[in-house]
Amino acid sequence: MRKLYVLILIQIFIASLAHAHTDRMEPKQMKWPFNGAFGTIDREAAQRGYKVYKEVCSTCHSLNLVSYRNLTEIGFTEAEVKALAAEHQVRDGPNDEGEMFNRPGTPADHLPSPFANEKAARAANNGAYPPDFSLIIKAREDGANYVYSLLTGYQTAPKNVTVPDGMYYNPYFPNHNIAMPPPLSDGLVTFDDGSANNIDATARDIVTFLQWAAEPDMEKRKRMGIKTILYLLAMTGLFYFAKKIVWKNIK
Amino acid sequence: MEQNNKELPGIKGWIEYRLPVFSFLQHLSEYQTPKNLSYFWNFGSIAGIGLVIQILTGILLAMHYDPNVDHAFNSVENIMRNVNYGWLLRYMHAVGASMFFVAVYAHIMRGLYYGSYKHPRELLWFLGIFIFLIMMATAFMGYVLPWGQMSFWGATVITNLFSAIPFIGESIVTWLWGGFSVDNPTLNRFFALHYLLPFIIVAVVMLHLVALHKHGSNNPTGVDVKSEKDTIPFHPYYTIKDFFGFGIYFLIFAFFIFFEPNYLGHPDNYIPANPLVTPAHIVPEWYFLPFYAILRSIPDKLFGVTAMISAILILFFLPWLDSSKVRSGRYRPMFKWFYWVFILDAVLLGYIGSQPAEGIHVIIGQFATLYYFFHFLIIIPVVSKFEKTLPLPSSISESS
Repeated sequence: MRKLYVLILIQIFIASLAHAHTDRMEPKQMKWPFNGAFGTIDREAAQRGYKVYKEVCSTCHSLNLVSYRNLTEIGFTEAEVKALAAEHQVRDGPNDEGEMFNRPGTPADHLPSPFANEKAARAANNGAYPPDFSLIIKAREDGANYVYSLLTGYQTAPKNVTVPDGMYYNPYFPNHNIAMPPPLSDGLVTFDDGSANNIDATARDIVTFLQWAAEPDMEKRKRMGIKTILYLLAMTGLFYFAKKIVWKNIK
Repeated sequence: MEQNNKELPGIKGWIEYRLPVFSFLQHLSEYQTPKNLSYFWNFGSIAGIGLVIQILTGILLAMHYDPNVDHAFNSVENIMRNVNYGWLLRYMHAVGASMFFVAVYAHIMRGLYYGSYKHPRELLWFLGIFIFLIMMATAFMGYVLPWGQMSFWGATVITNLFSAIPFIGESIVTWLWGGFSVDNPTLNRFFALHYLLPFIIVAVVMLHLVALHKHGSNNPTGVDVKSEKDTIPFHPYYTIKDFFGFGIYFLIFAFFIFFEPNYLGHPDNYIPANPLVTPAHIVPEWYFLPFYAILRSIPDKLFGVTAMISAILILFFLPWLDSSKVRSGRYRPMFKWFYWVFILDAVLLGYIGSQPAEGIHVIIGQFATLYYFFHFLIIIPVVSKFEKTLPLPSSISESS
């Protein structure tokens, strides 16, 4: 046991030596409408982003923490959400006969996972495990810019770099070799509102959607923050002057 | 009627004779405080409010949290997404831990500069160090509860430190884990202890206050209170001043909660714990970084752990290492400089703790660690012996 843990610790140490300065490129710095104290989620973009997720990303990436009912928060109507949920079958049960059965999804259901478990996901993806997307923006340094840069950052490897089989070159990914093939291409997804669907626009939309998914209450938080700060400023000002008055005669 | 308190009539006297609650209230209203306390004296009450916020938000979070390795991460996300204002509670609690440490570090720095640890406040100082130690344990275990990657690997690294103890270290680690690795029993007991320890802190804070009120607050001159002219009643003077301090504290607090709630955390902790995948770079929360740097600067594990623990325990000896009769750094021209060098050294250690242990960082970390102990063991005793202190004012009133 002792040896195992010493080994693990050594490994941790070496890992921190090896990875701490991986020459992952700094993500491109984008101006997002959700940045800043007054930032909001662009509903249209988030809805397009959902479509990108559904048609492209969801083949490999789950979104476990999001339920269909949550989608009303980015502007889908209740009827639309019902229809979206009903598009897939949910394994439910057991019923009174003790049988598992399939039923159409409801708004209360979570978005379905593409794979039954991690082993199945790895088996289907050359050993790589596509991470869940629910928190991806919060789980990466400079998350929104990182995901955007990754999606738009595929390029041919420099001459002196050999990319292992089944890997793709992307300087924004740690170690530059990523198992995910370039997921987006121009015109891959067609939007009902006729929005631009080149790689760049599609990447922006999916990032907007994922930003919402990572923190559905962000707008509420920022709005409450503005009010709280104003209130505290007023209160602190009052206390300051009250203090001045109380202390007036103290030398 | 039984024999009652002579000064208080009626029911009040009856109660006072049995439980001195009224004389206690009277003490609070009459408590005299040096009139020259600066804003550095605000951090005690600010730390107090920080503790109260942690306990209140913590109890509410515990009502929704599930300390099981399979559910902990998702139960925290359930709080963030589905519990009404759960995101607010959790961000308050997470940011609140950092804010509590900010207040306590400022409070300790104040005590170090103005010699608040000196006679007759040694035990007051000791109780403060106990609070600091318990809150470090509490914060560490709290960071484990969301069961993210940093939670798991932080817990693994820190609990493994106990294996450095000769002979029985391995058994102790197994005992701490409740098994052969950090797993469900570990999470369960960390939750139990994380809920328990804050109340122990409250108890020690009470003792801290009893010890404080025995001899009263130190003050920027470090000169004892000589007469009533030197003091003012705590209420309303310091209550209103404390409220202003709370206002500033809450403003900074609110900024982080509402606009940068994850700035002080680590992104990896939004990845569920995975015993098979080690994060590229394991770092503790910022408030542990100086001690983490001391730990890592020494290649030998046992010696490193000893150094890290000594870095805190050495504070217990400070009242005797510093033999200067003058309390306040204001009248100690040499001490003052070394004080600021020490603070810079601690900040440098914090920076080193946040960096990967390689190259120049290792060497800087070793020098900074050496200096940390050099400050307490050599500089403080020597300076307090040979320093020419400035003349003290005859009283607090004379100084202004």
